[in-house]
Amino acid sequence: MPFIPHTEEDIKQMLGAIGVSNIDDLFDEIPVALRTKGLASIPEGLSEMEVSRILHERAMQDQRSLCFAGAGAYEHHIPAAVWEITTRGEFYSAYTPYQAEASQGTLQLLYEYQTMMASLTGMDVSNASLYDGASALAEAVLMAVRANRKSKSKRILMPRTVHPQYRKVAETIVKGQGITFDVLDYDHKGGHINPDSLPQEPGDIAALVIPQPNFFGVLEDVDVLTDWAHQHNTLVIAVVNPTALAILKPPGLWGEIGADIACGDGQPLGIPLASGGPYFGFMCCRQDYVRQMPGRIIGRTTDMDGKPGFTLTLQAREQHIRRSKATSNICTNQGLLVTAATIYMAMVGPDGLEKVARQSHANTLLLTEQLTALAGVHQVFNRPCFHEGVFRFDYPVDEIMRATTARSILPGVNLEDEYPELENCLLVCATETKTEQDIKSFTELLQKIFTRLQTTCCPVEPKMA
Amino acid sequence: MNNVPSELRYTKSHEWVARNDDGSFTIGITDHAQHLLGDLVFVEAPDVGTDFSAGDDCAVVESVKAASDVYCPLDGEVTEANETLADTPELINNDAFGDGWIFKLQAKDAGAFDELMDADTYAEMIAED
Repeated sequence: MPFIPHTEEDIKQMLGAIGVSNIDDLFDEIPVALRTKGLASIPEGLSEMEVSRILHERAMQDQRSLCFAGAGAYEHHIPAAVWEITTRGEFYSAYTPYQAEASQGTLQLLYEYQTMMASLTGMDVSNASLYDGASALAEAVLMAVRANRKSKSKRILMPRTVHPQYRKVAETIVKGQGITFDVLDYDHKGGHINPDSLPQEPGDIAALVIPQPNFFGVLEDVDVLTDWAHQHNTLVIAVVNPTALAILKPPGLWGEIGADIACGDGQPLGIPLASGGPYFGFMCCRQDYVRQMPGRIIGRTTDMDGKPGFTLTLQAREQHIRRSKATSNICTNQGLLVTAATIYMAMVGPDGLEKVARQSHANTLLLTEQLTALAGVHQVFNRPCFHEGVFRFDYPVDEIMRATTARSILPGVNLEDEYPELENCLLVCATETKTEQDIKSFTELLQKIFTRLQTTCCPVEPKMA
Repeated sequence: MNNVPSELRYTKSHEWVARNDDGSFTIGITDHAQHLLGDLVFVEAPDVGTDFSAGDDCAVVESVKAASDVYCPLDGEVTEANETLADTPELINNDAFGDGWIFKLQAKDAGAFDELMDADTYAEMIAED
């Protein structure tokens, strides 16, 4: 059977029935000036054999580097069974199922996912996931503006300690609705939002975003920040790392009454690093706001015979019912990745996740100790961290990155583009996947590079100009 | 047979309005509207102190079938909202013109009440539905 369902004959018949001579006539309504002339920069099509060969060659260019880069996407051990089960035919779909009667297994899995996320974040309810962490933050901002009935404002307090890409994505998504971000600078010693720097007279603000840990890996003073926000009738949006929640206070318990919305990227929960995705976003909130939550929600119910079953619930929020007033136009999502995350969490369990978090933290402390023991490396922030830290080098980081990458070690993420004040600084991460030997190899290589860079004061003439 | 009390005024979007002795107005959705919606599962009443113009969407009623906006019939400020609906939205199904009231309003121009549809006109309108 061909992939393209219509034969030339079918097309001719249909055009004849409509009374036009070719397909282009169907687009008469669109002014000529607005029509694309073709895609000049797209090359000619290739055969399957040719494409396989190109992709194979490109895949060979990837090195199995030792990765100390994090910055929002983290290398964790994924038990082999996770993807073995996830890719079974019964689960293999990106969609949240529409037909409850034919999808009980998937619905039950999503219900369990929601239960796990609500438990991890300490919040009342979870949705069935969103696209990724950055768009989850955007959805949380839109939701907070809708949900905060004590505020008429479309202003959001957005700290610079929130992932720069999350801030950009969120701004792109919400600015069309007139929502603006008041940027809050960080404490340059602690690398955190200093509660003393919060505005005395903030005016009407819909929500404060609190990252935990923040983009620098630093832990924020979440209780004080949460209470400050609530005193000013401002909702709290927590942006959290799910692994860290195994050992940190969950957003539902921040301050006196807890955060209002918690969101983040689910990638650390069993999703491999893959050129920026696909990952998935999660979102949880308090019960009061569930009708303002975007995305789908799976509920547990009983059928006519009194047997337990699972179904999509609270659909009146969604676009097929509420149309333009829907809480979001998200209806499908990264279902397959959520499946993997649920199986990952079920396999490692709360104890396993806690071990992952503790070992990652311990490795980062060891890495920090060994890095700062090198002459020419300084820890930039003095506050406690989770599994990442910022280090300033007395040498140009571009040089260091080039040299370590050539030796198959990714040393971290250069912060200078997003934070000009953090010149020659790298954001470095060590998860549970790093051994003592890995850390030693990294620091020894750095020492060699430093020695070489020191001697460039008497440069050798290049052999070729 | 539809229930359309004669002392109330009505809108095309199926809200009812009652004039209270203290000069305020009580607003809800009609029995006909609750019948069309089916079993209500949630009501989002407006916040006290909010100003609305006539025609603004000011509340949401959600049933097992649909969610609908409730439109403010008069210009004015919300003085009271029916808090009991949060836990018992079925009050609207059981008693749309009584316990199922949604909010009270201090109108800017009380005279606008008389311009709303009377019971006979409303009854005629819904008979055509």
